[in-house]
Amino acid sequence: MFFGLTDQATAFRAGLRDVLPTACTPATIRAAWDGDPCESMWKTLGAYGVLGLIVPESAGGLGLDALSLVAAMEECGYHGVPGPLVETVVIAPRLGLALDGSARVAISDARQPVVPYAAVATHVFDADLGQLLDDVTASPVSTVDGTRQAARVTGTPNGEPVTDLGSTWRLAMLCTSAFLLGLARRQVDMTVSYLKERRQFGVPIGTFQGLKHPLADAVVGTEFAWPVVLQAAHSVAREAPDARRRVAHAKAAASDAAYQVSRVCLQAHGAIGYTVEYDLHLFMKRTWALVADWGSASDHRMTIAKELLG
Amino acid sequence: MDLQETEQELLFRAEARSWLSENVPVGLPSGDTAEGFAAHLEWERQLHAARWAAVSWPDAYGGRDASVWQWLAFEEEYYRAGGPQRVTQNGIFLLAPTLFAFGTQEQKDTLLPRMAAAQDLWCQGWSEPGAGSDLASLTSRADKVDGGWRLNGQKTWTTRGAFCTHLFGLFRSDPSSARHHGLTYLLVPLSSPGVTVRGFARLDGDEGFAEVFFDDVFVPDSAVLGGVGEGWSVAMATTGSERGLTLRSPGRYSATVSRLLELPGAASAPERIAQAWMDAEAYRLFTLQQVSNEQAGRGRQGESSLTKLFWSELDIRLHELALDLLGPEAELEGPWSKGFQFALSGPIYAGTNEVQKNIVAERLLGLPRK
Repeated sequence: MFFGLTDQATAFRAGLRDVLPTACTPATIRAAWDGDPCESMWKTLGAYGVLGLIVPESAGGLGLDALSLVAAMEECGYHGVPGPLVETVVIAPRLGLALDGSARVAISDARQPVVPYAAVATHVFDADLGQLLDDVTASPVSTVDGTRQAARVTGTPNGEPVTDLGSTWRLAMLCTSAFLLGLARRQVDMTVSYLKERRQFGVPIGTFQGLKHPLADAVVGTEFAWPVVLQAAHSVAREAPDARRRVAHAKAAASDAAYQVSRVCLQAHGAIGYTVEYDLHLFMKRTWALVADWGSASDHRMTIAKELLG
Repeated sequence: MDLQETEQELLFRAEARSWLSENVPVGLPSGDTAEGFAAHLEWERQLHAARWAAVSWPDAYGGRDASVWQWLAFEEEYYRAGGPQRVTQNGIFLLAPTLFAFGTQEQKDTLLPRMAAAQDLWCQGWSEPGAGSDLASLTSRADKVDGGWRLNGQKTWTTRGAFCTHLFGLFRSDPSSARHHGLTYLLVPLSSPGVTVRGFARLDGDEGFAEVFFDDVFVPDSAVLGGVGEGWSVAMATTGSERGLTLRSPGRYSATVSRLLELPGAASAPERIAQAWMDAEAYRLFTLQQVSNEQAGRGRQGESSLTKLFWSELDIRLHELALDLLGPEAELEGPWSKGFQFALSGPIYAGTNEVQKNIVAERLLGLPRK
């Protein structure tokens, strides 16, 4: 028995930890807020193999498994990598698109009023038709998290429809769960640093139990969500019959835990966190966006409930 | 990631399941009353006779040399089969790990077999009227006398103290010492002259608590566990066991969720039912990860505090859900109302959750103490 990341996943993540701090800084995220497609960052992700991580080597990928993928997505979340990352990772290989960062795919879905990332994507995939759209016109819609670059989209479906997308969407939910826990870890790290540094009443505010306790509670949430994400990755990798339930669990647990972290971290920062000049909001607002994306915690709990209650 | 049980692990699990399905008693009274305790002792002795009382111990002491994975499997099967609380747990799960780590050969040879056989029944003597969360402020004394120690003072909130035969406790052996210095961990037969035990009722009305008075009680030098003056570090080894998974194996919560699913109103609260399952699963998966990390030498400071915070709140939420589903019947005495009251002790004992949150914030996150 061994429950945890494979050595391969840990090694891949360690490499990413060298690359991402310069490839994706808070300045990169702020540029994405302004509509910059961040092409050099995408090139780096492509060159490092993130975009073809689970694609077989014979098809130009790294041939790693879902455990490496969640480790990578968690790390990308920590650095707040602007999208459409998850979307591109799950759908580009199925469409035979380039995995070097030159193709960035937004996904449209009839249940969503707008298409996230459509304003910066190179392609739009219609999830309901299973086809890419040609002649896309995108009317931007403003969103709370500026990196979402959402738009209302029209276009003409083109090409052979891709079928059997269930496992692709499960992969997107799984990746988003890991990304959320990365965002949460970043917010906790920022908060811990701030609590050590900020002094009030003559002492660092990190000595106050009124701040320690909610932060500890929030960390319990993320700590217990991570193994759930790992189990989901394991089930996905083996195409196990419980993959659907495990992924639903991962998305619900990661969403709730990351949201709670965002609440506590904002409160712990006080007024400085309640500004757009300070970086915390970059990670907090992405958390809000992803909590609602790829099914809410409530949606996923209902998926599980239906299985449990028959 | 390798979640496949080995052949040996599967055989072990199957043997446990089959024995438990034929032997687990149905409807034992609460182990926290005198008559209930006696009924539980029968069961404990039956477990011991079949060598299931302490599976992770070495064969020589009545165990099965089971690995942690096998122990987890046994616990899962035990609670799945509806096995009752273990009235011997403070000895088997709290004192024994400390004995294995710090005991002399003679202490192990004398104490462990009788503990496994439920002949000696151990309670924990830590808290005092003036020393709860602040355990290091304890004042019960051990004064050096010829050939041993003379004990004076009082312990309280001692779980099942009124039914046990022995106490392991912390005493101040150096009168000039302060805080966590100068404490000694002692093993005390409650039949010793000068010991007075008075049982009293816990929240649920059962006599599960006791206060223990020591008036010039003599114990020999061989009653010292670990070194004289080393009591604090020896005791801390036990807190890891108490907060961590040895006290609360995941199997318990998985079994509780299965019972929740059978309640008539379960379908009326689908999201809460799903959340209950999710939380119990998260606890199980976290445990697998924790054991894996520990075996790989990557255990983290403060991890047992994370665990304790999670299971104690989980236990309450599961029982709250059950009581909500029971509606007007929730107020009746029964397994769920009893379980709810027991669950409420979780955030208090084994170090209050407030203390655990400090540990998480300081040791895991690195926030300053002062």
